[in-house]
Amino acid sequence: MLADAARGFLDEATPVARLRALRDAGQTHDPALWQEMALMGWAGVLVPEAAGGADMGFAAANVLAEEMGKSLSASPFLSTAVIAATALRQVSDARATEAMRAIAEGGRTYALAIDEGAKHDPEATTLRAERVGNGFRLTGEKRFVVDGGFVDRLLVLARTDDGLTLFDIPADRAGIARDAQPMIDSRDAARIRFSGVEATGEDVLGQVDDAMTVLAPALRAGQAALAAEMTGLAAGAFGLTLGYLKERKQFGVLIGGFQALQHRAAHLWCDCEVTASAILHAGRMLDNDPANAALAVSLAKARASQTAQLAVQEGVQMHGGIGMTDAFDMGFYMKRARVGAEWLGDYGYHAGVVARLRGF
Amino acid sequence: MVQDADDITRFRADIRAWLDANCPQEMRDGAVDEDSICWGGKNWNFTSEAQKTWLERCAAAGYTVPTWPKEYGGAGLNRDQEKIFYEELAHINARRPLQSFGIWMLGPALLHFGTDAQKLHFLPPIARGEIRWCQGYSEPGAGSDLASVQTRAEDKGDHWLVNGQKVWTSYADKADWIFALLRTDKDAPKHKGISFVLIDMESEGVSTRPIRLISGASPFCETFFDNVKVPKSYGAEIPAQVGEVNRGWDVAKYLLTHEREMISGSAMLAGSGRSLGAILSESGHLDDPILRADAMRAEIDELAFGLTLERYKDQSESGQGTGDASAMLKYVGTELNKARQELIMSGAGSDALEWDDGRAPLWLRSKANSIEGGTSEVMLSILSRRVLGLPG
Repeated sequence: MLADAARGFLDEATPVARLRALRDAGQTHDPALWQEMALMGWAGVLVPEAAGGADMGFAAANVLAEEMGKSLSASPFLSTAVIAATALRQVSDARATEAMRAIAEGGRTYALAIDEGAKHDPEATTLRAERVGNGFRLTGEKRFVVDGGFVDRLLVLARTDDGLTLFDIPADRAGIARDAQPMIDSRDAARIRFSGVEATGEDVLGQVDDAMTVLAPALRAGQAALAAEMTGLAAGAFGLTLGYLKERKQFGVLIGGFQALQHRAAHLWCDCEVTASAILHAGRMLDNDPANAALAVSLAKARASQTAQLAVQEGVQMHGGIGMTDAFDMGFYMKRARVGAEWLGDYGYHAGVVARLRGF
Repeated sequence: MVQDADDITRFRADIRAWLDANCPQEMRDGAVDEDSICWGGKNWNFTSEAQKTWLERCAAAGYTVPTWPKEYGGAGLNRDQEKIFYEELAHINARRPLQSFGIWMLGPALLHFGTDAQKLHFLPPIARGEIRWCQGYSEPGAGSDLASVQTRAEDKGDHWLVNGQKVWTSYADKADWIFALLRTDKDAPKHKGISFVLIDMESEGVSTRPIRLISGASPFCETFFDNVKVPKSYGAEIPAQVGEVNRGWDVAKYLLTHEREMISGSAMLAGSGRSLGAILSESGHLDDPILRADAMRAEIDELAFGLTLERYKDQSESGQGTGDASAMLKYVGTELNKARQELIMSGAGSDALEWDDGRAPLWLRSKANSIEGGTSEVMLSILSRRVLGLPG
């Protein structure tokens, strides 16, 4: 099974220690690891076979993301292999095919430059793409551009005359300034300023003034995979906690024998199980009925945010003092859970989507 | 179990045609309240001619127990077909033709542990709604600690002599027969001396007394056994007990799993599965931001739970037993239903505080969900020991 194969590789190649080492070295990206993942077909998990990909579908991408979440593997999997690849798939031209081929080979990485405020809100985009002759000039600023500090290209959401437009441009184009945002989860994020950045019609992904045809499916895929990652994260944190309950002694007995802790652990397990169903459902809907997947995806993201946060909070509390130390891994889980909960829409954002679609 | 698309389409069309021809119009009102349930049994008074017709037609076609084998009164449907059947039932808003503890609990126990003759003797009357069963598990001294049952069954050769008291016996005053846990060996360890015995409620010495609940209803009884003679056999190869004598705990445990799944499912049905948002919008108070936020959280959890129920059913159908994990369904499903009922009450405000409104009894009734069939705390203990492997 895909999950087992992924687990085998990830346990060997990227235990939490690898993220810790990356952080201690002051880095946020591990190019060698991404090359290994590309060799296994993960970079091309959503790229059509005709473009050199594995074309395994969204449920499979979620399985990979979930396994990565268990051990906090840091890679541009979500931003590049899921979000960018899905956006490019909506566009059937030779350039998009070429871009997908480059993604699948591990030779090109992408970040999504979408949010400008502290909360996810694509519709609030103010970064301006002004018409200049046959082209555009981009001016404005994006924040919390995940993986934005190291990627080769950016998908930039900009406001045009009659709507929003998505641009696909090199990250080193003249007028782009990238400042690292050192994040609590030790992963990459950047604040990116666009100062009159020139773009042509060729750089538009999809149609002018119609970003969402291309972007909405990509966002849904990213949200679902992020939800899957957070479910994996919850399972990873819970695994540590359950292990500790079975080995730590206080008052002469294993603390896992205390009913107060047993019931909390069992409640957390139930929460993880219920969320797992929402993740599976989101993957199935994205694969089988993508036009109607919005509810399933927001349900998954909302539940996963909640479950991951419960798992890390209980993780620290049940570990006691050691859970608060940097030497112990639980803190990495807690910080990633907080960032993951916020990225691509927090609980409130997705609860709002569910509410709208459920007749509130 | 997955069939090809043509088969499924054809099956769905057949079911739709059958329902169209056979389901009386009055039975298509989607009613799920206590008064519209058909429980069946010897003393059942049909609330309408349509209710009677609907039961008879379904029973003749095996649709009161769609997945039971045909020789026992079922329709022999597989899980996919059953799902389609209930989808089509919901599609025309049809009531369930029959509900009973015989269908939910005794049936599954007999199908799993019964002799062939026992199945042939007891299952068809359940499927036809002719015999109404009740469950005799709890006792005044055996609630969460169910294996502590004290109701004695003494071996008197050709019969058991039963003495003791059961409590929380659902509808014992209306039931025809009872399946009860009795202590048949008082010297054995407590789990090893219990038998699962079938008793006619008309036997001399059986009496019942309804218990009035906070909801005003009396769905539960105390049931007394005073020197009741229970024959050891109801015919050739038809023993009075299900499974072996003194091994009734195995049957009870198996059934508790079923009961948990049933309660989790029915808990969600209690609100007829409708969106909380839709329900609260109707009561007109969804503009309260606090209520709205609480309702949104509940809606999300209910949707995710519904998917979980589906996933576990699929697993159990594909042979991967869910076993002790069904305690999760029971725990989460009942706690969610309690939360749902609280929100419905909040949304309705003082309108729902009048008895005649009907919402308060449902709200009060829901409080028992996390007690009956094993309390939430027992469920969490089961999960922590048997699923998580924590010491206990």
